[in-house]
Amino acid sequence: MDSAIEIRELTVVRGRRTVLHGISASVPRGAITGLLGPSGSGKTTLIRTIVGVQIVRSGTVTVLGLPAGSVELRRRIGYFTQSPSVYADMTVRENVRYFASLYGMGAKEADQIITDVGLAEQSRQVVRTLSGGQHSRASLACALVTQPELLVLDEPTVGQDPVLREELWQRFRALAQGGVTLLISSHIMDEANRCDGLILIRDGAILAEGSPKAITSRAGTDDLDQAFLRLVQEQSESTEAVDKEVV
Amino acid sequence: MSIRIIGYTTARILSQLRHDRRSMGLLIGAPVLMLTLLYFMFEDNDTLLDQVLLIMMGIFPFLLMFLITSIAMLRERTSGTLERLFTTPVGKLDLLFSYGIAFGVAATVQASVASAVAYWLLGLDTAGSGWYVVMIAVGNALLGVGLGLLCSAFAQTEFQAVQFLPVVVLPQILLCGLFVPRAAMAGWLEGLSTALPLSHGVEALQEVGAHEDPTGVMWRGFLIIIGAVVLALLLAASTLRRRTA
Repeated sequence: MDSAIEIRELTVVRGRRTVLHGISASVPRGAITGLLGPSGSGKTTLIRTIVGVQIVRSGTVTVLGLPAGSVELRRRIGYFTQSPSVYADMTVRENVRYFASLYGMGAKEADQIITDVGLAEQSRQVVRTLSGGQHSRASLACALVTQPELLVLDEPTVGQDPVLREELWQRFRALAQGGVTLLISSHIMDEANRCDGLILIRDGAILAEGSPKAITSRAGTDDLDQAFLRLVQEQSESTEAVDKEVV
Repeated sequence: MSIRIIGYTTARILSQLRHDRRSMGLLIGAPVLMLTLLYFMFEDNDTLLDQVLLIMMGIFPFLLMFLITSIAMLRERTSGTLERLFTTPVGKLDLLFSYGIAFGVAATVQASVASAVAYWLLGLDTAGSGWYVVMIAVGNALLGVGLGLLCSAFAQTEFQAVQFLPVVVLPQILLCGLFVPRAAMAGWLEGLSTALPLSHGVEALQEVGAHEDPTGVMWRGFLIIIGAVVLALLLAASTLRRRTA
């Protein structure tokens, strides 16, 4: 059992649109895997499937050896949603302590995490009155406090200043070194270099999977942005070729 | 279900209520204000005043709790916290019962204040004990909570949620015996009235008004309310979807 998440031929349909087209991928344990792709590519849908709140058309997703959405997994996964989901009418401390309590963690752990995400001063402030970046950090604290085996973070660094972003990535790295598996989505290629492995996704299909180095060398460049563009081009050329053959 | 999770979740909902002072003020103050209004409307007719005040003690908690519960649950859904909770060990019933208990506590405060005002300031006179009035009022409030939780599952926005008020709450108020005594209704209307839970809560209150000791009819009415609450919570749990499209 070396992979934390195993996705096999996953198809997800939302409304009339097929969001994920039979994709397969895997996420190794104890490492940081980046899920990268443009807005609307299906990142959030894939993440929702992994945490077990998305209705799936076909295919399987295995998380920590169990089918995604299993009751037992809820104690072992931490989930950070893209739009910060905390109680806006409570203080930072009340929010983090509440989520901590659901996992049997106490006030001490909660207060420590609040300091770690740089909200010690705002701890007694009602979340609604925080800035966008602070609001999002409050939400992140609620995911981190559960000390999960698998952390699934949907665009956690959006709206954070460079210093804080750096600190967050250091924290993610420390967690991975401690054996935690992290799946982090982003649409900023700049962050991809910080990951051990990458899954590039576009229009609900996997564009490439592998280490940042493997992906750049495959595309014949050392810039990830460039690599992404070339892979997109390659993909559309090959689909065009297929289309022509069909015609 | 986990007692620990229900405990923490109940505390969380209560702390949200505590932060919202204005809503709490309205929740406690509005019934008192309305009861006072009724007092001046029926000042000259003591018997009628007692009857109307007593029925209102059942209607206000029901109405207000329905409203705040359906909005509170909807906010949980639209803020994304519901989806997040569903990835944690919180179960559907844990969440619904927590809402039931937390708002039940709020309803007890509301009913106690309203009863105190009705008995001591407005001169409400009942043959039975005021404690039974509070108990039944809390039961009616919980009915509002249960139906509110259930209805919020069918609304996507706050705008839609309030539209359930005229559909779910108003018929129960019209047919509970406030405007026309239930016995005087046409057969099919009385049947409809019997099918609606609020009528039984009001009937129980009227029993307290008319009899010194609790009667079988009062207990029956109260138990029907509690049964309806449990049913509404179970239905709400079955309409709550962990996985969504």
